[in-house]
Amino acid sequence: MGKVLMKGNEVIAEAAVQAGCKYFFGYPITPQSELVAYMARRLPEVGGLFLQAESEIAAINMVYGAAGTGVRVMTSSSSPGFSLKQEGISYLVGSELPAVVVNIVRGGPGLGNIQPAQSDYFQVTKGGGHGDYNIPVLAPASLQEIVELTNEAFDIADRYRTPVILMGDGMLGQMMEPVEFGERTHSELPEKNWATTGTRGDGPRRIITSLELNAQSLETRNAALQKKFARIKENEVRYETYQTDDADYIMVAFGTVARITMNAISKARQEGIKVGLIRPISLWPFPEKPFLETRDVVKGYISVEMSAGQMVEDVRLAVNGHAEVDFYGRTGGVVPTQEEIYQKILSVAGGSRYEHENSF
Amino acid sequence: MSMKTVFKKTTGLTDNPTHYCPGCTHGIIHRLVGEVLEEMDILEETIGVASVGCSVLSYEYFNCDMTQAAHGRAPAVATGVKRVLPDRFVFTYQGDGDLASIGISEVIHAAARGEKITVIFVNNAIYGMTGGQMAPTTLIGQKTATTPFGRDESIQGLPIKVCEMLSTLDGAAYIERVSAHDVQHIQKAKRAIRRAFETQKKGLGFSMVEILSTCPTNWGLDPYESLEWIKDNMIPAYPLGVYKNKEGAE
Amino acid sequence: MDKRIVFNEDICKSCGLCVQVCPTNVIFLADYLNGKGYRPAAVTDQGNCISCAKCAQICPDCVISVYRPVKVLQTV
Repeated sequence: MGKVLMKGNEVIAEAAVQAGCKYFFGYPITPQSELVAYMARRLPEVGGLFLQAESEIAAINMVYGAAGTGVRVMTSSSSPGFSLKQEGISYLVGSELPAVVVNIVRGGPGLGNIQPAQSDYFQVTKGGGHGDYNIPVLAPASLQEIVELTNEAFDIADRYRTPVILMGDGMLGQMMEPVEFGERTHSELPEKNWATTGTRGDGPRRIITSLELNAQSLETRNAALQKKFARIKENEVRYETYQTDDADYIMVAFGTVARITMNAISKARQEGIKVGLIRPISLWPFPEKPFLETRDVVKGYISVEMSAGQMVEDVRLAVNGHAEVDFYGRTGGVVPTQEEIYQKILSVAGGSRYEHENSF
Repeated sequence: MSMKTVFKKTTGLTDNPTHYCPGCTHGIIHRLVGEVLEEMDILEETIGVASVGCSVLSYEYFNCDMTQAAHGRAPAVATGVKRVLPDRFVFTYQGDGDLASIGISEVIHAAARGEKITVIFVNNAIYGMTGGQMAPTTLIGQKTATTPFGRDESIQGLPIKVCEMLSTLDGAAYIERVSAHDVQHIQKAKRAIRRAFETQKKGLGFSMVEILSTCPTNWGLDPYESLEWIKDNMIPAYPLGVYKNKEGAE
Repeated sequence: MDKRIVFNEDICKSCGLCVQVCPTNVIFLADYLNGKGYRPAAVTDQGNCISCAKCAQICPDCVISVYRPVKVLQTV
């Protein structure tokens, strides 16, 4: 099909359609509305259905209904709307229903604004709803990566019968880049014999529910879910490293911030400061391996986020005291500049606290 | 002497005994829905959506595929199911807390969109499962756990008449309010439920039957007094009748 | 005498609605308890039952099945 110049939000929509998603229930909210509008035009072309719901709450529950019939289904929103979907998402987990939920994060908290942000990290990775659960979260950094990760999101959802979150930010959603929708990888996925499609001709009555009044039974159900999360943790971690082999300091950043950080790294390298980058692509399961491999070698890590510091906690957990973990962030929808990040590197590495400590 | 069966339990219900309180008319309404599904021979084409309230376990009782919705969201879940499977029958079974309070937005918009689903709306003027709190349909002066001195218009406002409200929506094709307070009215209720599912079958749009129902436990009345209470108190506040009938079905 | 009404006593919750609606007052609550501790509805006087099935229709738990003797044409 060749390269096409598209907006991030529309790339998500097109990639979903190409992944066989025929049903989309959405609600307008900047900065993801282009995705909704694209689906309204596109889905009828493939015999699918776009429906605008009366609220994000209604939308996620329509997704629940459609997912229960075994089809690929998606919804998208942005921070405040994503918050409204949390109960529904917990139900999708409890009822083991596959679906893809997109969050194009914007400045918060509260009404906040429509500028890009990453301050929903905790909500998506630590479970924004009630109960013990984790949800695979994929964070693309480029529009081309959106194409691959959207496709993988639907496969992961079907493979494990779980909702999957695609997390971008307002910048990723609104910017345009050339993308190519190449051949989709086809993976073996389990049959959906649990779907409620009516019992005509295909056997016993099926019930989709997350209700379990008996405590021991609910504990058994939870144990099964925990086993599922462990399997996802084992098989679905995704990350990228950049110039970490000889690095004294390693930056940690995801999504668009990772790209800005790489520029800062190049500048620092020119100044002789050996800096690398770990870029989590799956925010959950969080990639621990690259930290285990480097935490006894590097002097420190710097987590860079469009937030007041959320992913940095996972970095600390992975580093577990083996090295310093520092943080640089901007909130409110402010995008950190390359220069700011570079100055942070200087302050940590240049006048490095280590040199001071060892100087006498 | 051979005997002819006059009445036996419908195959539209499973064999699971229900958890409802003694005398609660939820059980009767379940029976009516089960019988209609059986008589229309659509049990195998039906997906029911259970709501949250006393009927939260209804998926154990209706003998067809069932899915459990979050509190108030059954019409949205049903929308998702029906839009994917337009040739199946989809119904929700909801109480007044679920439908008229937290879920009022979902049912209004499902009706406004003309979703071809059938809503079975059980109105007993109280929250049963959680111990007798006020519902949007609690009557003025009615004592509940959260209106201990009786519902006071100046504080808790006035009851919501759901049939009247939804019948103003053009997407609504069939809306009727019936009651379960005696055998004659129970038979009329069954006809209404049948008409609602026929409306769905003909694809005319949204259908809903509101059934005035009892809550002996939280009303503090015995089962028979509760039936009387419907007749003496609820029916005056919630007049029975067909509020919308797009096709003029007989 | 074949039974006109049969009670599934185990699931009766003793709500008494059938007792109230029976036009010939043949239904009463037994003086023994079922498995759930309820006094199930029962009938001894099947003869006076007219198989109108009002009891079965008012019963919230589908406890009651109702039958009617088939009138066999008397061949002369």
